[in-house]
Amino acid sequence: MSPTRRSVLKGIASAATLAASGVPKAFAAPRRRKTPPADAVGLLYDATRCIGCQACVVKCKEANGMPPDTGTPRGPMYDAPDDLNAKTKNIIKLYKGEDGRTSFMKAQCMHCVDPACASVCMISALYKGPRGIVVYDPGKCVGCRYCQTACPFNMPKYEWRTAFPKIVKCEMCRHLVEKGGIPACVAACPREAVIFGGLETLRADAKGRLAREPKRYFPKVYGDTDGGGTQVLYLSAAGIPFGKLGLPDLGDEPLPELTESLQHAVYQGFIAPVALYAILGFAVYRSFRSQHPRKGGEK
Amino acid sequence: MSRKAQAVGGSILTWPFIAALAVFALCLPVLAWRFLYGLGPTTGMNDGFPWGIWIAFDVVTGTALACGGFSVAILCYAFNKGKYHPLIRPAILTSALGYSLAGASVIIDLGRYWNVWKIPLLWNWNRNSVLLEVALCIMTYVFVLWIELSPAFFEVWEEQEKYPLLCRVARWLHGLLNRYLIGILALGILLPTMHQSSLGSLMLIMTTKLHKLWHTPLLPVLFLSSAILMGYAAVIFESALADEVFDRPRETKILASMSGIMVVVLFFFLGVRLVDLALRDRLGLVARLDFYSGMFLLEMALFLAPALLLLSRKGRNNPGIELISAILMMVAGTLYRFDTFLVGFRPGPGWSYFPTIPEMAVTIGFVAFEVLAYLFIVKKFPILHTGAPPHGLDAATPKPSG
Repeated sequence: MSPTRRSVLKGIASAATLAASGVPKAFAAPRRRKTPPADAVGLLYDATRCIGCQACVVKCKEANGMPPDTGTPRGPMYDAPDDLNAKTKNIIKLYKGEDGRTSFMKAQCMHCVDPACASVCMISALYKGPRGIVVYDPGKCVGCRYCQTACPFNMPKYEWRTAFPKIVKCEMCRHLVEKGGIPACVAACPREAVIFGGLETLRADAKGRLAREPKRYFPKVYGDTDGGGTQVLYLSAAGIPFGKLGLPDLGDEPLPELTESLQHAVYQGFIAPVALYAILGFAVYRSFRSQHPRKGGEK
Repeated sequence: MSRKAQAVGGSILTWPFIAALAVFALCLPVLAWRFLYGLGPTTGMNDGFPWGIWIAFDVVTGTALACGGFSVAILCYAFNKGKYHPLIRPAILTSALGYSLAGASVIIDLGRYWNVWKIPLLWNWNRNSVLLEVALCIMTYVFVLWIELSPAFFEVWEEQEKYPLLCRVARWLHGLLNRYLIGILALGILLPTMHQSSLGSLMLIMTTKLHKLWHTPLLPVLFLSSAILMGYAAVIFESALADEVFDRPRETKILASMSGIMVVVLFFFLGVRLVDLALRDRLGLVARLDFYSGMFLLEMALFLAPALLLLSRKGRNNPGIELISAILMMVAGTLYRFDTFLVGFRPGPGWSYFPTIPEMAVTIGFVAFEVLAYLFIVKKFPILHTGAPPHGLDAATPKPSG
């Protein structure tokens, strides 16, 4: 009994070491931080300028050929989505604090510099496309919905009510941007609450606004470094932290960092699995030899 | 060569078989509904909880409960414990069935299943994707399991003198298999090691969504060790049932010593789980006594109970205690997986998930199909052992190659 136990324990310990060997290594040598391409584009949304007219919601649907979301069949006849969904890639929400403060909030894909959705996608149906836009290729998507569980912003949406569904998310109107245009939400905004431009220009612009009117703003540009940085940047009104607007506190580390460094450490060049395979092959061979004496004899 | 695996024989159309068939038939209209109208109308899944029980139970828990073949193979081959051989074939059978049905569940759950063939194409791979590794490993492992089980079929077909072609093909394939068996058996240990740990790694990226009591860099270690445990428990459970139903002598001694191994792995799992929480200052979350700490404590109790019940030799030698411990162990591993994938998963305010009845009907129907297939195969093919305890060899052991 005891040799069995000891050897099993040893084996489990070594298997665990193999599985866990990535942990220290991963933290010792983190993978290289990703940076946005030089020609990266983005959006800057200034919540203090937004009047909640929802023109951007309407124009987004028009530009992307999205159907209206009228809620219940007997409900209002106008487009009234209650959140981002398979019919809505962009939405304006209202935050109402206990102190009576209010703020509008625009929600759409954040176009992360190092996106979790693209990191987890099995065959890269979601990927960082030209100018850093996170692009969806339905031709490759198998509909596993890992992008949805992985996205910290809950941005990718799924067409639940069809036999042939797709993932739906903002692609920064890439069909317009490719031709030198600008995203529909930006074009629709009467107050320049959301603007489009080169990522570096937008960053400088946002920081400039903070510096010029420190009393107007909450003292932070969301997306500058959050979760490794996003290509959509946010400014919020003084006294309204970003958490209230539904933007999670991610820290500066990109979400894929932990998983990818672990996976890379364990599966680097496929050496560990091949080595384990060789060891197992030898163990099986040895057990055949010992359990199989020459001619059907006893052990 | 004192004993062999033998087909149980007897009639196929028994009452349990017909009952299981009826339960399975119930899920067929649901499947038609799902493929015609999508996942929204049929399931409780939504944009906040895009993964439901078809992933959390059928795939993540189902494959772990189907780890019997893996867990026994570790003992038999990696640690050279020949005495566990009589357990191998039934364990491999339940594994093959469990994994095949997990694969079928994935196809039902995938929204765009018609693109699945693009996953194995090398040039498409995103090497950063944990799910890609899981998918490739599970696809391969399903084949490996049926190949590992195939001698049971060949042994029958080789005797079918009425069909000389079947006979010859079976003999040829059997010979071919024996030549490559070592490589295949080693794959049968490597692949589950990889994907059972990676099923835990799937949740690593959800740093903000997964509750801190379950999110840890050690998820792969915890998932692998608990899968091995669930494998042993499933073997004990299955052999207790088979002995009862088919009135066979119990493998008391072998099962008792396997229970001993289970205790060791159980304490390893519990140790890792608690030390990890302690080192990262998360034990305070347990003291909060909220819903999550309650689920955590229930989970810990379910893991601890079989460890304590099987701690003494007396407990291990008592078939009743052994069976109860195995059931507790399977429930514990299931709850750990549900907690990690559904209960501790918090996508944000306003989102909730509970499986719908049609959704559960599919899961239950698939389990019923497993029972059907198991009954059919053990009656027709040599899976279960008979007679006195073995000395050395058993019929399923092939000659060493080379």
